[in-house]
This record gives sequence, structure tokens and C-alpha cells, in this order.
Amino acid sequence: MFLLLGFSTFADAQDMAPLVNKLKAKLDQVNDYQATGVLKTDIAFIKAPVSRVKVYFKKPNRFRLVKDGGISILPKGGLSVTLNNVIDLGNFVALAAGDATVDGFAVKIVKVLPGDDANDLVLATLYIDEKNLLVRKANITTRENGTYDIGLTYGKFSSYGLADKVVFSFNTKNYKLPKGVTLEFDDEAKTTDAEKLKNKKGRVEISYDNYVINKGFDDNIFK
Amino acid sequence: MWKLLQIELYKIFKRPRTYIAFGTIASLIMIVQFGLKLDGKEYVDFMLSTIPGFELGGNVLNGYLVCYITLMMLLINVPLLVTIISADMISGEANIGTLRFLLAKPYSRAQLIIAKFLATVIYTFLLLVWLALFALLLNMLLFGVSDMVIFKSSYIVVIKSNDVFWRYLGAFGFAFIAMTTVAAVGFLLSIFAENSIGPIVGTMSIIVFFTVISTLNIPLYSAIKPYLFVTHMNNWKEFFDEKVDLNNSTISGTIQNPQRIINSVLVLLGHTVGLLAVAVFIFKRKDVLS
Repeated sequence: MFLLLGFSTFADAQDMAPLVNKLKAKLDQVNDYQATGVLKTDIAFIKAPVSRVKVYFKKPNRFRLVKDGGISILPKGGLSVTLNNVIDLGNFVALAAGDATVDGFAVKIVKVLPGDDANDLVLATLYIDEKNLLVRKANITTRENGTYDIGLTYGKFSSYGLADKVVFSFNTKNYKLPKGVTLEFDDEAKTTDAEKLKNKKGRVEISYDNYVINKGFDDNIFK
Repeated sequence: MWKLLQIELYKIFKRPRTYIAFGTIASLIMIVQFGLKLDGKEYVDFMLSTIPGFELGGNVLNGYLVCYITLMMLLINVPLLVTIISADMISGEANIGTLRFLLAKPYSRAQLIIAKFLATVIYTFLLLVWLALFALLLNMLLFGVSDMVIFKSSYIVVIKSNDVFWRYLGAFGFAFIAMTTVAAVGFLLSIFAENSIGPIVGTMSIIVFFTVISTLNIPLYSAIKPYLFVTHMNNWKEFFDEKVDLNNSTISGTIQNPQRIINSVLVLLGHTVGLLAVAVFIFKRKDVLS
């Protein structure tokens, strides 16, 4: 009886696949892009400077971030989990999970589940601005790299579905550096500003200032 | 005085043993360079394995990081190389019987001691310049230059490449002050001996003894730690930590704890001046028989 009732409720849940497919069609306009921007890293145990970065993307989901002449420490796989990974699933279930407001925009909450059990993506919750056909926020859970929140702010490239600012947030409290990696054995009294930020969510922010879309570039950049 | 200093420098650099230190530093650095050039990826992978879930992009194992790794390994051994010369300055003369002849010259004992100490300081300076040439400049040439990533005990610091070089100048300057203090210990002990073995072993024993005390986290010893020169010798590393702003982004050109460096420099200089003053005081009253 309960099983039947549950099945009936599930069947009644609004199928959001058409909306996701419309979104996919919009993102499909972009075959590749190169973007320049500024990377800010705010992770409790990492002290890093604000730096300029170049980002490369090619369909279906090849993504590379290169820091200008420098070194980047970024959550593994986190930044490369683009919306294309989610929307390009092919075989997926998209369910409506209500309405909400993100940054003043009315959005539909859509839960996307991959049909393939082997997919790295476990669940994606997309906050889709139906009117402008843009993802304003996403919560993505992967098998390999845990859960990420992605906040997206759009500007002049919104017609391509490309954000001006992307903010990745993730939990960092489980990370702890073992002592002695580079023969450092500081005493405990040496607390730092970074240590005071413990238990805070990690945050990586990229503010893009320019995109070069569909102009093509050498694939070697991904090697 | 200048003439006296020239003579002392001539004596130092005439001895073959002086060049052992330069050769040792060059060969040790080249061994580190060779290992990291061939197997550096393994080392970097090991560092990265400590932060699963994160990935590093760019030339991590660049000249700046290799120099840091080299200094972490080498600066523990440099005191011995400094002591080989400083502990021989007076005792060596006593051993070969030239100390009395030296005192017959028209210079005061204080002048003689200060000239000998200055010659030791110049030797120490040249040793560190040599170290900088091999550990910094050669590594920059061999491994290239990029941002510098340092894994501290509980956090990671990324320093922009254009913000690193001056930190090394500071670090080598600091190391020079620290090694001068070590030289002063060896120099003082050399007054009491008639061969250099005793002062060399004595100086190294003092360094080892106080290093053990300074690394023990026992409250009884914590009170004296700030006054031990060995506690401060490794604070060159403070140059490689930056302040962060409210967004946890590093502020270029800053040092996390500049006061710690200033305190350490004052303690080390205090020790050097104190040890030299004691050396002059004792030597002026010493009955020189050899």
C-alpha cells in the first residue's frame, strides 16, 4: 500500500528533463572557450595570493585552469565539474524539487540523477532561472571528490550560459596536514591567521573578465 | 688593524682545510640537485599525497623550492663548517707555537682578537655567499623560477615568484648572523685550547646540547628556550610566511611574524657581542706560553 503510494508520488513529481534539455541546448552553443580571470582561494590551511588565471574548455568536458607563470592549489576535480558534466549526462532523471530565489532571481530547483550507476556524479541540484535559462546555483555530489556548492553570477556572456563569476564552496574541516612534510616542526604556539579560519568552508572564486568563444585552440593545453 | 685583518685572511685562505667547507657545500648541493632533477616528481607526489583532494598545477619543483629544501638540509651542517675555522683561530696558533710571536707585534691583544674574529666573520660570509650561489642561483638556473609552495606544519603557503628573491636575501642575511654567533662560540673556546679538536668538538656539543633542549616541549625548559641562541638559528624560515587579508589571500611583500625575526636577530647579535667581549676579556689576561 505504502509502496504504491510512494511510487504514485514519485510518478507525480514533475519531470524537469525538458527544462534541462533546453539548458543543454543553450550551453551546446559553446564548443570551446578560453577565458581570463582572477582566482581567489580561501581555504583555511592554504595561504595563497590572488592571481590571474587562464581557463580552457572544450566539449564535452575537457577543462584546464592555468595560473599565469605560477602554481595553483585547487580542489581535485572540483573546478572541472562544469555544468556540462551534469547536463551532458545523456541518460538522466531530472526531478522538480520546488521553487526558490537566488540573488533575487526566481529559480526552479531541479534534482538531476544520472541513469548510469557507474557515473562519478551522484546527485546534482540545479537552481535554474527558467526565464533567462541560466543555472544560478548548483550543489554537486561526486563519488571521487565529495560535495561542492557552485554559485554563478552572469554578465555579458549570459547568452552563452557562461558566468562572469563562479564560486566553489566545499567542506575543508576533514583536511589536516601531517607534520614534517618539508622537515617543518614548528611548535604549537605558532598559530597563524590561517589557523583561526579552521572549520570554515573552503572557497575558490574565479572572476572572469573575458571569454574567447568558439575560436578553437590547440588540444595540447589539456595534456 | 687593516693590515692585521689582511694577514689573518691570508692565513685562513692559505690553509687547504678552508676549502673543504666550500667543496663540501658544493658537493652536497649538487647531490640534492641531482636527486631532485632525476626523481623530483616522486618527492612532489609525496608532498601532494598529504593533501588528498587537492591538486597542484604549475612548476612546483622550481629553483626556489629546491633552494628551500637544500637550506633545510644544509643549514644544520654549516655550523660545523664554520667551527672548523673559527675554533682554530687561536688554538691553531697555540698549537704550532706562533701565538707568542704574534703577540710580539705592535698591536694590542684586543686588536689581535678583533682582527681574528673579523677574519672569521669574512670567512663565514664568503661561505654563505658560496652557499647562495649554489643553492639559490644554480637551482634557479637548473629548475627554473615559479611561485613557491611551502608545506608548513599545519598549513601551506604559496608565495608569488616575484615576491621570493628578497626573502632569500633576508634568509641568507639572517643565516649569516646566526653562523657568526656559532663562529663566536668556537672562537671563544679556541682561546682555552692548544689544538683545534677540543674547541670544534666543544662547539658542536654545545649546539647539539642546546638544540635538544630547545626542541623538548617540557615546561621547565620552555623558560630558558628564548635565551638560547640555537632556538633562534632556524628562524630564517620566518621570511617564507606571509600575512593574509580578511579573505585569506596573502599580502605580497609581508612577513607573518617580523617581530620574531627581529627578536632572533637581537638575541643572536647579543650572543655574538657577548661572546666576543668575553673572548677579549679572557685573552687580555691570558698567560700565553705557546
